[in-house]
Amino acid sequence: MANVVRLKRGLNLRLEGTAVPNVEKTIVSDTVAIVPDNFHGIVPKVIVKPGDAVKVGSAVMYDKNHPEVQFVSPVSGEVVAVERGERRKVMKIVIKNDRKDEAVTFEKTSSAAEVKQLFLQAGMWGFIKQRPYDVIADPTVEPRDIFVTAFDNAPLAPVYAYEMLAGEDAKALAKGLEALAMLTQGKVYVGVEPESKVTVPAGVELVTFKGNFPACNAGVQAHNIAPVNKGETVWTINALDVVLMGRLLLNGRVDMMRTVAVSGSEVAKPAYVRALPGTPMADILKDNLVKADYARRVISGNVFTGVNVSIEGYLGVYHSHVTVIPEGNDTHEFLGWAMPGCKVLTTSRTFVSRWLPGSNRKPDARLHGGERAIIMSEEYDRVFPMDILPEYLVKAIIAFDIDRMEQLGIYEVAPEDFAACEFVDTSKLPLQEIVRKGLDALRKEMN
Amino acid sequence: MKALRRFLDKIKPNFEPGGKFAPLQSVFEGFESFLFVPATTSKSGVHIHDNIDSKRTMTVVIIALLPALLFGMYNVGYQHYLAIGELATTSFWTVFLYGFLAVLPKIVVSYLVGLGIEFIVAQMRHHEIQEGFLVSGMLIPMIVPIDTPLWMIAIATAFAVIFAKEVFGGTGMNIFNVALVTRAFLFFAYPSKMSGDNVFVRTGDAFGIGGGTVVDGFSGATPLGQVATNVGDELVLRNIVGEPLTTLDYFIGLIPGSIGETSTLAILIGAVILLLTGIASWRIIVSVFAGGLLTAWVCTMVDPSIYAAALLSPIDQVCLGGFAFAAVFMATDPVTAARTKTGKYIYGFLIGAMAIIIRVFNTGYPEGAMLAVLFMNAFAPLIDHYVVEANISRRLKRAKNAK
Repeated sequence: MANVVRLKRGLNLRLEGTAVPNVEKTIVSDTVAIVPDNFHGIVPKVIVKPGDAVKVGSAVMYDKNHPEVQFVSPVSGEVVAVERGERRKVMKIVIKNDRKDEAVTFEKTSSAAEVKQLFLQAGMWGFIKQRPYDVIADPTVEPRDIFVTAFDNAPLAPVYAYEMLAGEDAKALAKGLEALAMLTQGKVYVGVEPESKVTVPAGVELVTFKGNFPACNAGVQAHNIAPVNKGETVWTINALDVVLMGRLLLNGRVDMMRTVAVSGSEVAKPAYVRALPGTPMADILKDNLVKADYARRVISGNVFTGVNVSIEGYLGVYHSHVTVIPEGNDTHEFLGWAMPGCKVLTTSRTFVSRWLPGSNRKPDARLHGGERAIIMSEEYDRVFPMDILPEYLVKAIIAFDIDRMEQLGIYEVAPEDFAACEFVDTSKLPLQEIVRKGLDALRKEMN
Repeated sequence: MKALRRFLDKIKPNFEPGGKFAPLQSVFEGFESFLFVPATTSKSGVHIHDNIDSKRTMTVVIIALLPALLFGMYNVGYQHYLAIGELATTSFWTVFLYGFLAVLPKIVVSYLVGLGIEFIVAQMRHHEIQEGFLVSGMLIPMIVPIDTPLWMIAIATAFAVIFAKEVFGGTGMNIFNVALVTRAFLFFAYPSKMSGDNVFVRTGDAFGIGGGTVVDGFSGATPLGQVATNVGDELVLRNIVGEPLTTLDYFIGLIPGSIGETSTLAILIGAVILLLTGIASWRIIVSVFAGGLLTAWVCTMVDPSIYAAALLSPIDQVCLGGFAFAAVFMATDPVTAARTKTGKYIYGFLIGAMAIIIRVFNTGYPEGAMLAVLFMNAFAPLIDHYVVEANISRRLKRAKNAK
């Protein structure tokens, strides 16, 4: 019998611009970019220079702290630029796509050691994240368990991409899961939603989660299955990335093609496209934005945890989702705090729209208020489905009290777990940023 | 609105650093964000935010205070005309106008002093003006007797805002409820103007209207004041002209007392607003009443010849004095209350219990709700501490079992 976990606390927002579930087209761009900032927790060392020829699966950089962790090109062609920013930080590696699709071939694997070696070499390691710290997994530490998340219930989520896990991607998923099971002495858990048709190979455990966002987060799932204690390490991976691992194992070559939801109120025809990570947003959104004379925000990912990359940016490595919303920086709402609020996006019953169905489904990026000290209590708790006291943990992080953070469960959380809290926060605190900085500082302190 | 926006944009540079009026930057920002919701967009983290902000939150509390405030104004006029024996011949609106004129200066003084200090501190610290005092400034005039002099209110407000709030870091950082510190300061610094029989009913005129002399047999003692001085096993509470009062009178609130505290009915309307909008914690409100009712019931068993308040029924106890007001508007201040779910039950219950205990067993001290809330403000962090420790020990236990 499958395990079912019911989570009462969470947030369900319906926004305008859900992608229609069919794949419109495959986007092949002239250039793709590898953005080292996508991979959190590594120190990138670039090993290509402009003019170098690369194949699909050729390494372009590695992690200085763990040189075996390599990152590869998703296309074949020529490196045209390695752009650096302040203090020579690598901003992006731009590769010209020659459309020949020549790929590095990798040997078939059978043992755990070989699988691990393959993942490290062929750029798959970057998809494996670890708790604590929510960074790319340390290859020298064997995980206690592995948590694979196989659904997404953030606003406008790429549901169709996850449906394909039970369809055309099923074989690759199964292969990937089998390989992951070899990499841990513990268990591999796959978190799904009730309607999911995903099946898993023997030895992998399926857990059903009933509940709103952030039930789809690996941290929430891990906490409700087998929480991470101090000193333990677990891996968290998105099932859509496990598919990429499976394809590598099945075909012996890297194939990073993703099914990407193009969504949001500013998209003319919300639909799915196929695209590689690093595809320019301009190519993905070309001809598909509503006409407007105001500023827009192009997000790689969803409105809660995505990254504001702008139209000049690129599809993020982990993202099967693009959202475009109005920026709203030219909207000046007169006496907004005193108005009945018939057309606002809110979970607060102080606004009329909370009492009416079908309120605002077209939010912009405004904060709707100034930053304050934490005033209201229990606000975070109602969207935080873990036995952790979010407010106290956030305060401990701000104070950077390491003992207190440990006691309150810092090792179990990632910034994304605080996304819903950040949305509802009356005090408008940048919670994800606070948690991110706290985790990074803690990691530095502990290693 | 567009013209106003353009005007603001035009004068804005003058208030920025280097501008002509740079020292008034916080004040300008305060007014600007008062008129228009700031258009700043998220820089990190989530890209969309809930529309709620602290201005909205505070506004809802003020709206919830209005029924009690308006009733309080009417009641000030009512008690006055009752005292001078002209109630039957005076129109409703005149009665209200009298009360309005009598209360208004207190509101003005409280806001002027409190917001003035807030503005100055905000500018000194270069941060935005915070909304906390909008509520405190309304609470202060509602919890003082009508005849407390304005200069006393000004001094007490200044003391409370500076020493109970700003030195701790401003709104959200204070340990004690600012309005209650104001009241406590008044109570201990000027007891003769905060309690007794001569401050709860205004007998003089207000801005020239409603002059007259009090009728024979007038007594300005509040019901709880009468309880405190009661002798014997019988207790009959009377209004200011000597007629006996019933529980319904305590509930409706046409009795002498602090301006906003007399009407349990009006306060409950406010409570409904706060609970429907989800601003106040029902856990606190319910447990304050539960604690109060239970303790009052236990107290009915003590010897009434020593403790006269034992003669009051539990319902009378929660309707009289500042109990309901404290339960709905004071105990629920999220900053000074317990912040954890479990903690709120304990915090609220102890406030209710403490308020009644002070009332019953300290006969020199007719009203205990204020001190009960202040006392529990001090204990709220301790209550939360144990709730948090329980969470921590669950985590430790889990880690031990895992090994």
